[in-house]
Amino acid sequence: MEYALDQSQLEAIEDIIRQEFIELGVHCTCLIDMAGNIVANLDDGKTSFDVYSLAALAAGNFGAVSAMANMVGEQEFSLLFHKGKTESIHFSKVTDEFLLITIFGKETSLGFLRLKVAEAVKKFEKILGS
Amino acid sequence: MAFINLKKKEVQAKIVYYGPGRGGKTTNLEHIHKTFRDRISSEMVAIKTHGDRTLFFDFLPFDIGQIKGYDVRLQIYTVPGQVKYDATRRLVLRGVDGLVFVADSMQLRREKNMVSLKNAEDNLKLYKKDIHKIPLVLQYNKRDLGEQGIPVLTVDELEKDLNSDLQVPYFEASALIGENVVETLKKIISLTMASLSKELE
Repeated sequence: MEYALDQSQLEAIEDIIRQEFIELGVHCTCLIDMAGNIVANLDDGKTSFDVYSLAALAAGNFGAVSAMANMVGEQEFSLLFHKGKTESIHFSKVTDEFLLITIFGKETSLGFLRLKVAEAVKKFEKILGS
Repeated sequence: MAFINLKKKEVQAKIVYYGPGRGGKTTNLEHIHKTFRDRISSEMVAIKTHGDRTLFFDFLPFDIGQIKGYDVRLQIYTVPGQVKYDATRRLVLRGVDGLVFVADSMQLRREKNMVSLKNAEDNLKLYKKDIHKIPLVLQYNKRDLGEQGIPVLTVDELEKDLNSDLQVPYFEASALIGENVVETLKKIISLTMASLSKELE
């Protein structure tokens, strides 16, 4: 079982990431699938994270938290946020199969980022099909 | 669930090492990491307990070069083998493209091998995958223990227990000394790629 995204879909996804996140000052944004594969990945050119390992851990982490959600009677926790001293990570489900990971610093407001994520998720859903 | 990036001409696929606890799944990955260090840019990720047992998974990204003009990047995972970690095993199995089952040759572990293989079959079913159809390789690990006088199952016994129904390729291996670790990996890569190659035509 496999799936493919073509050039126009991937360019549209990258455009959204660039406009909604990178231009906002976010350090790194990845769209991954729940198997831990990276669909698209852009950064601000100043940071370099090991995004492949990050994607594997993020997919696992999201799966683990979803399983916890089920245990307390929730369908899912659709977003996760981990705060650090200088870098923070925000995770948001896009469809059942995709996950958006945003890494940002202190200069980005979490509230504003959440609005941007919500807007972007709608646009991604159109491209990926929900 | 392999992802084919038509823009970058890149394929990402997921290979999972499955099997009973203390069977040598992590040791397989460690050997692969050591052998191909020049091709693996990142460190191996391991989420372990204090007792050095795999808690969630080990992860190794691995570029294997080009197939049909596509750059192929494998994401190699192990699952935790202990029975109690079934929930995390299921999570790791999500989107699997190829499976290596690492069986423990020790006579003591005979039952555990069979339980774990059945568990793999059940967990694959949750993702609507059939163990008879997914690319699969068996590895009979710890063959070297026989030479040290520890009672091990014969290959015939292992074949009868685990492979009589599946009829998939198998390797006699010793992950600790690296014997047949790379061969096992090569086999699962070629089976996985063969099953994907239709899409890449």
